[in-house]
Amino acid sequence: MNEVPLTHILFVSTALFFIGMYGLFTRRNLITMLMSIELMLNSVNINFVAFNKYLFPDKLDGLFFSLFIITIAAAEAAVAIAIIINLYRSHQSIDVDDATEMKF
Amino acid sequence: MSNYLYILWIPLLPLATFVLLGLFGRKYFTKTAGIIGTASLLTSTILSFVAAKQYFFVDGKVNGVYQKIIALKYTWLQFSPNVSIDMGIIVDPISVMMLIVVTSVSLMVHVFSLGYMKGEERFATYYAFLSLFTFSMLGLILSVNIFQVYMFWELVGVSSFLLIGYYFNKPSAVAASKKAFIVTRFADLGFLIGILIMGFYGGTLDIGLLIEKLTSAQSPEFLSITSASFLGASMLTWGLTLIFMGGAGKSAMFPLHIWLPDAMEGPTPVSALIHAATMVVAGVYLVARLFPIFSMDETALTIVTYVGAFSALLAAVIACTQTDIKRVLAYSTMSQIGYMMFALGISKNGGEAGLGYMASMFHLFTHAFFKSLLFLGAGSVIHMVHSNEMKDMGGLRKLMPITHASFLIACLAIAGIPPFAGFFSKEEILTAAFHENKLIYGVALFTAALTSFYMFRLYFNIFWSKDAVAKAHHSDGHDDAHDHGEGTWTMKLPLLILTACAIGVGFIPFSQFITSDGLALETHIDLVFSIAPVALSIMAILLSASFYKTQNAKSDKAVALFGGFYSAAYKKFYVDELYLFITKKIVFPLIGQPIAWADRNIVDGFMLLLANTTAKISAAIKGLQSGKVQNYALYFFGGVIALSILFIYIWK
Repeated sequence: MNEVPLTHILFVSTALFFIGMYGLFTRRNLITMLMSIELMLNSVNINFVAFNKYLFPDKLDGLFFSLFIITIAAAEAAVAIAIIINLYRSHQSIDVDDATEMKF
Repeated sequence: MSNYLYILWIPLLPLATFVLLGLFGRKYFTKTAGIIGTASLLTSTILSFVAAKQYFFVDGKVNGVYQKIIALKYTWLQFSPNVSIDMGIIVDPISVMMLIVVTSVSLMVHVFSLGYMKGEERFATYYAFLSLFTFSMLGLILSVNIFQVYMFWELVGVSSFLLIGYYFNKPSAVAASKKAFIVTRFADLGFLIGILIMGFYGGTLDIGLLIEKLTSAQSPEFLSITSASFLGASMLTWGLTLIFMGGAGKSAMFPLHIWLPDAMEGPTPVSALIHAATMVVAGVYLVARLFPIFSMDETALTIVTYVGAFSALLAAVIACTQTDIKRVLAYSTMSQIGYMMFALGISKNGGEAGLGYMASMFHLFTHAFFKSLLFLGAGSVIHMVHSNEMKDMGGLRKLMPITHASFLIACLAIAGIPPFAGFFSKEEILTAAFHENKLIYGVALFTAALTSFYMFRLYFNIFWSKDAVAKAHHSDGHDDAHDHGEGTWTMKLPLLILTACAIGVGFIPFSQFITSDGLALETHIDLVFSIAPVALSIMAILLSASFYKTQNAKSDKAVALFGGFYSAAYKKFYVDELYLFITKKIVFPLIGQPIAWADRNIVDGFMLLLANTTAKISAAIKGLQSGKVQNYALYFFGGVIALSILFIYIWK
């Protein structure tokens, strides 16, 4: 079987990261922004797994790290959604442009 | 050495009274404040007499010399082994003498005020202030440390300020109290600098130690203070002159005398206490206290002499023209203090040549009694007539016989007619002046004649002159409720006691007790010598009688004769105007306003610049804090990218 070269995988993860970043900056809906953050986290996961597989095949550190990131991401999603719900209660909206009280 | 610790109670009792009446007086002691104050002061007075008896007659004298006894010394602030601010009690001839003067005059004033101030709304406050003053004055005279002197000196100034401004709803009283405070405070600046100079070179603030160090011509301190010089005078001269400046301010010596006549806005008993007998002689006392040091410096003593003599003459001339009876007395006080000052100035330390010192203290002692008597008498008159002006008085001798008699005796005493108190002390001063300095003697003699003239001008104008003016005064407008005759017995009793003093104290063999070196000095009244001053005084009295005993045109003719000189004297030689000119035309526009401008524009400007710049910058950059989460994220990523570039490509 023809090995997939590392560069391909890195290309995918980089693309994923910048797609996530683009989404984070352009979307105004908090849920979509949260999803964009998840994309970025996953691109990092891919990097970890790929480097672990290609550079240190006899170790598992990268895999564990990505497992941790998945866990943290789940917790983060829970917190973020709780915040979003509260925001909705107070502002009747989850548009990020409506929550700009914390300024000068 | 026996125990003098009980002297501590003498100042502490008035302090306790002050605290009690000051805190609770208006609520609980509105009626009894006077009794409380008088009772506590009576105790102090008795203790003072006990102390005086013990010191002068029992154990003050060791081998014929009166000792300086430090009865109590509490180190309060220690800076270095020698330099410390102490609180203590010194017992020596002059401090014991001053104890007697202050407590007894204060007691008389307390008693007199019972009647005089009756019905005042702030009766308790008045007694609280009187007690505060008495406490401060007693603390001042008992001081062992020159800084202790300074502290009590300021306290005395404050209580004088409070009492002058007692009628604080009267604008003139407020102005007078401010003037008194500011002028004496200005003089005290000199005093403070003088203290610091003496402390710096003498290496100590303790009066006894300072005298010890600065009076031996070989000590390193003395050599250093005399060799250091500034603007052509040695530091010793500067230090002493500046200390004398403080004394001159309190004692109303020219040119710092301008506050004293205005201070007469206070209640009359206060004038008797503060501005006649006690506070104004604090300057004399200060010079006497430091006299051993003063006697080491000819220049400083010359300044003391000429300032004293000039003030004596100037004040006497002004006193002849004033029409407000209290102002006449104020100028007369200034003149008499001038006497004391120049008597100190011409004195030497110790021995026969120390006659001036002894004479000065003697005059201080006798003057306190007859001058407070004059003031209390004037208070009685003012109480009766409700006016300070001579033109509202006249013919009062029948209406107030006791006041009349006591006032007459006090006038004779101050005029130096034997056998009243003033005669003896003035003779001593004149004798001392005659031996030391003929010019001063001439001035003193002339001033003595002027003194008799203006005192009897005052006397005749109040008690003779017109007839029954007081009655006419009462019939128009004033109802009978105001017609209270001569006042209560509390007002007459002090007059009688002080009259007895004005007659009697001259016979005290003062030179046996108080001299510059503690040794008894043999003095005698030379009858031939006394002829000139007494004859001059009597002539002046007769002249005054011909002018003022009955209303006639003679005095107007005399006024016309002197013309411009009279009006200049009437205007107090324009010293007040000169001060106003200097302050308003020179100090304010040339010094005050530029400094105010610098303060507003440079000092404030710098701070405003800082504040404005900060505000502008923050206004410019506050847009960064937009409140939009995505902007923040963008900055964050921008920062991360910038750091990455920095670390990857630039800091390889």
